[in-house]
Amino acid sequence: MNASDVVEPDAVAGPALSAGGAVQPLIELAQVSKRFGRKADLLSRLAARLGGRLPLRHVHALDQVDLSVMPGEVVGLVGESGCGKSTLGRVVAGIHQQSSGDLFYKGGNVANLSLSKRRDFTRRVQMVFQDPYASLNPRMRVGQMVSEAPIAHGLVSAVEADDYAATMLRMVGLDPGLRRRFPHQFSGGQRQRICIARALAVKPDFLVCDEAVASLDVSIQAQVLNLFMDLKDSLGLTYLFISHDLNVVRFLSDRIVIMYLGRVVESATTEALFSAPSHPYTRALVEQVPQLDGRRQQFRPIEGEIPSPLAPPPGCHFHPRCAQAGPRCRIEMPALRPVAGGHLAACHLYDGGTGA
Amino acid sequence: MDPILSVRDLRTEFATGAGVARAVNGVSFDVMPGHVLGLVGESGSGKSVTGFSLIGLVDAPGRIVGGSVRHRGRELVGLPQSELRALRGKEIAMIFQDPMMTLNPVLKIGTQMIETVLAHDPVSRQEARERARAALGKVGIASPDERLDAYPHQFSGGMRQRVAIAIAFLHRPSLIIADEPTTALDVTIQSQILSEMQTLARQEQTAVIWISHDLSIVSGLADNVAVMYAGRIVEHGPVADVLTRPLHPYAQGLIASVPGAQMRGRRLAQIDGMAPSLLALPAGCAFRPRCVMAQAICEAEPPVQAPATGRMVRCVLPVRDEVAA
Repeated sequence: MNASDVVEPDAVAGPALSAGGAVQPLIELAQVSKRFGRKADLLSRLAARLGGRLPLRHVHALDQVDLSVMPGEVVGLVGESGCGKSTLGRVVAGIHQQSSGDLFYKGGNVANLSLSKRRDFTRRVQMVFQDPYASLNPRMRVGQMVSEAPIAHGLVSAVEADDYAATMLRMVGLDPGLRRRFPHQFSGGQRQRICIARALAVKPDFLVCDEAVASLDVSIQAQVLNLFMDLKDSLGLTYLFISHDLNVVRFLSDRIVIMYLGRVVESATTEALFSAPSHPYTRALVEQVPQLDGRRQQFRPIEGEIPSPLAPPPGCHFHPRCAQAGPRCRIEMPALRPVAGGHLAACHLYDGGTGA
Repeated sequence: MDPILSVRDLRTEFATGAGVARAVNGVSFDVMPGHVLGLVGESGSGKSVTGFSLIGLVDAPGRIVGGSVRHRGRELVGLPQSELRALRGKEIAMIFQDPMMTLNPVLKIGTQMIETVLAHDPVSRQEARERARAALGKVGIASPDERLDAYPHQFSGGMRQRVAIAIAFLHRPSLIIADEPTTALDVTIQSQILSEMQTLARQEQTAVIWISHDLSIVSGLADNVAVMYAGRIVEHGPVADVLTRPLHPYAQGLIASVPGAQMRGRRLAQIDGMAPSLLALPAGCAFRPRCVMAQAICEAEPPVQAPATGRMVRCVLPVRDEVAA
């Protein structure tokens, strides 16, 4: 793929056709890993010079993750704390640089983009964060915040900025008359709408929502979820929707990806994931989704704790908590393989057995 | 059977610079022995302040200005702090959202648990340690002997919450008030905690008031549910009835706005607007400005209706026949 056909400046969102006529993923990750670690400090450099070695500890936040998101698709990314779902979102949005592997936008490798194409990529992929209290500058008026990025990207002139901010606020259901207020004058749900308006102001085609409704009350959460659905239809947006809440993800997503300790363990359409969850971890998650039917639930949890990402268990990361684990699971990392059409799972149960 | 706890017209207010916030505005309910009551509401609905008020844990500028809380027939409102302290941890225990509110970071788990035992029971240190060890084992903590000598920071979030639960059950209290104890936990860990609470409460016949914003957790756990809005209980009844046939427009909206299994691709029912400020509550029904069924009559104090045994709804709307039947 050569880099020049990557981005058409005025491409409308919608199924992007590649030369062959097949639909091309909007975002694709190939074997992306991300490690976080301390830089070698004085002590370890000294130790290295003296011939000794102090072990450097790395967190493998992402471990060879493959993921593709088609134009117009809503992909839900689910996992517990420390599974790397937020890191994945940040790599996709270009906030973190992956340690290895490749990120493709409309078929072009983001690492090889020219400076102007790179700018275009950063504009077209936007992010909405969990905490609307922390992600808005408390000393800026909301109108300014919404129009700041479009001015920087040359989408509007400074003269038009105020009107533009008003239009964006109206789009997310806020009174444009409030644009000279400061963030503290808004409620949590309103602030999240401001964050959405700010993300949409640069006309993105891909939105990464990292627990974007997790801090909102139920009735406000419903308002924001409806807003996401409406915007998807009216603007043709594509979403990567990151959440720990399977109910929320099930409501929004076409496809769901489950992560555990830095790896994707299952990926399937929403229907398939709930009707035939394959990975034992997914099965446990799906069974534990609380239901609103007023029937007394006997909670049958999976045992054990989530291991530390500093020292993940060998083989399949889930094996210490898995009732079906065999000897092979302790040694060999299972690859993500198809268990049915378009339904992928990384488990030895579907890959020649666990060796038990 | 007599209730363990009987609350009548409880009122707690906070005097702020901007006026008086009526956080708890006439709350009444009973909790039966061995039963779980889910107290559900959104932020600012007064559910946590209700929990704190029950055992006299409201600090200035807040104070209980009226009503009654009876525990096994004994009035708790107005009781001196020393007598309340004798009750807390012994008869009524509390579990908080953040277990670090319960645990002292500079003391070993064992020290704290032994202290809790000795605070109410005149037993030997050795026996207290034995009881602490047994309690840790009951909440599924492996090698409890070694863990007694660990500090809170050496535990994960889920483990700390387990320790908090073990401490709450140490004196086999008749009532546990749990304030969002699983909100900060991961899904699989939350299930573990819910399962342990369920088993322990059943074994010990402990009554539980489970305060939560999450209807779906209460759905699987509670016998009864009370829905709070702006300091009041607007609907109360057996959990299956309230969740499948809610009567109050707010309860209906709240339940409809939870994304369920069959909801994909459809619009969620949403309640427009936001919760009113407790400093400036609208006259009459506090939900009126957001209610799709509001009428002029809602500006008057809404009546309390009892459409069926054990059910209560605070609304002027006539209650549908199917429920009364």
